[in-house]
Amino acid sequence: MLKDQDRIFKNLYGLHSWQLPAARARGAWDGTKEMIARGHDAIIEEVKASGLRGRGGAGFPTGLKWSFMPKEDPRPSYLAVNADESEPGTCKDREIMHHDPHLLIEGSMLAAFAMRAHVAYVYIRGEFIAEREILEAAIEEAYEAKLVGKNNVHGWDFDIHVHHGAGAYICGEETALLESLEGKKGQPRLKPPFPANCGLYGAPTTVNNVETIASVPDIMRRGATWFAGLGKPNNTGTKLYCISGHVNEPCTVEEEMGIPLRELLERYAGGVRGGWDNLLAVIPGGSSVPCLSAADCADVTMDFDALKALGTGLGTAGVIVMDKSTDIIRAISRLAYFYKHESCGQCTPCREGTGWMWRVLERMAAGNAQKHEIDMLFEVTKQVEGHTICALGDAAAWPIQGLIKNFRHVIEERIDAGAAEPIPASVPEAAE
Amino acid sequence: MSVRRLAVEQPEGFVFTPENLKWAQAVIEKYPEGRQASAVISLLWRAQEQNGGWVSEPALRYIAEMLDMAYIRVYEVVTFYTMFNLEPVGRYYVQICGTTPCMLNGSEDLKEACRKHIGPKDTVSDDGMFSWTEVECLGACVNAPMAQINKYYYEDLTEDLLGEIIEKLRKGESVAPGPQDGRQGCAPKSGPNTLIDSAIYNSDDSGPEPGYAGTSDPKSKMPGAY
Repeated sequence: MLKDQDRIFKNLYGLHSWQLPAARARGAWDGTKEMIARGHDAIIEEVKASGLRGRGGAGFPTGLKWSFMPKEDPRPSYLAVNADESEPGTCKDREIMHHDPHLLIEGSMLAAFAMRAHVAYVYIRGEFIAEREILEAAIEEAYEAKLVGKNNVHGWDFDIHVHHGAGAYICGEETALLESLEGKKGQPRLKPPFPANCGLYGAPTTVNNVETIASVPDIMRRGATWFAGLGKPNNTGTKLYCISGHVNEPCTVEEEMGIPLRELLERYAGGVRGGWDNLLAVIPGGSSVPCLSAADCADVTMDFDALKALGTGLGTAGVIVMDKSTDIIRAISRLAYFYKHESCGQCTPCREGTGWMWRVLERMAAGNAQKHEIDMLFEVTKQVEGHTICALGDAAAWPIQGLIKNFRHVIEERIDAGAAEPIPASVPEAAE
Repeated sequence: MSVRRLAVEQPEGFVFTPENLKWAQAVIEKYPEGRQASAVISLLWRAQEQNGGWVSEPALRYIAEMLDMAYIRVYEVVTFYTMFNLEPVGRYYVQICGTTPCMLNGSEDLKEACRKHIGPKDTVSDDGMFSWTEVECLGACVNAPMAQINKYYYEDLTEDLLGEIIEKLRKGESVAPGPQDGRQGCAPKSGPNTLIDSAIYNSDDSGPEPGYAGTSDPKSKMPGAY
């Protein structure tokens, strides 16, 4: 079990103030000047050595990502912080911005300095109005204390701005985020060119998740070996897990990477409603990853590699728990509706496929389908997956693939039950 | 994707209030010269707030001109982003999160409360006080089920709790946002089971921030304060 002194987010539950004096008393902005004095590359090397992997879902090594930024370029460099947290099941960045905004501001300063950027934009989802107000107030405090801004005490000119969206899940995709920041529809760009070469306003840009950035100051303060000593090899450090759904006490908690799923649910979230044997399935990493059956949940650990080995993923570590009372077809169908609603409409397989898959799932949930359609649905998910500009198509396909893989028998039983029902007498309609 | 069109009936014109105009100029300055289009979402949002919860067609033209953008580009943005309401909404606009984590914990009950206390979905009540809709994941999943009423989140709701909130708002009373069952943020309901070692707070003697949003303007915390 992670000791309290090893936790990065000491005000996760808002039991203390988010404001600058309290944040400083908890360690924020301590020794930032010395860290910056070590130089751009020293910070990148330290983050590389810590093994920090991106916390936004894909798990790409952060230090490596930063090293892709050009060192000498006439264009300005930008840091974009992805605070467009919209993945169903995920609500961790919200707590960071609500209760520990100074960790994010300090981390942005360090990351921007490491990448030779003087400007950062925090792209926060439009619905997080309270969080935006707090983050803006915290940034104002940092400007007043000369921690950021022109001629600040750290000796690296750095401006940080909050930019908000207006309700589009797709803007969490990094190139859609950049499009949106430029004042356009949030439709993802083709890669390459990657943002590190051609990002915001055509200039080198790196997009990082809030939790990734907010972890950096502590990694720098306590050293890469401290961070790398937590978790498992290649899956180091601590992680915020959001446990929602059918547990007795849903909560967000910071724990080591690689904690067993069962321990996570039972130690922190009061266990599955009705006991472990009442567990039906768990979506371990936000809605975009395939669900795990109860049998797989028994001894899986929560890290990128272990979950990947089971055909799912850690994603954002939004753990959605479903007990045996759940209508799993309806639960996944609701996710399919989500992706239909959030598809940006740019690529045909996603724009048309998400709606098609949702309509078939709705029929299956009602038992009004044919068994051969299960295979057809699976085939269509494969046609969508990997055939779109961004990963939203994949994200729409995977939960359905997980459903068919783990709960095919439930769909078949529903279809059988539907077929056994008497056909309602047709209502005669007058010819027009 | 969803199909979104501008309202049939539109007001004559739109201009920012002097305060909003000043604010808009400050927002535009956050972006490099020539990149003023970046401010379009912020400005549209402020226009929506000023206009009582929806964006009118004259506002699109006004903002397009202010940002030196083609009207069609602003139109694209306003129809793409679903937080922009293109038709009038109630003074209290209730958005129920209906995505799976909330659905598992009873968002259907919240919709029932809305039907009972407000009326049909996407319909402004006769007194103009309320309208409600279902939205996609609002990102407060461990505090499910929840709703956003105007600016802020009301979490850990039940059908009865939401009904009570709506009735209080109808009477002009204020209701504090945040978890409605006495829970502390995203901690387990029976109390935090981590971050309990007081040694880590040796030099931090601050307590929780008063209120939910913690901002300096108490009026802004009230739902309906546009």
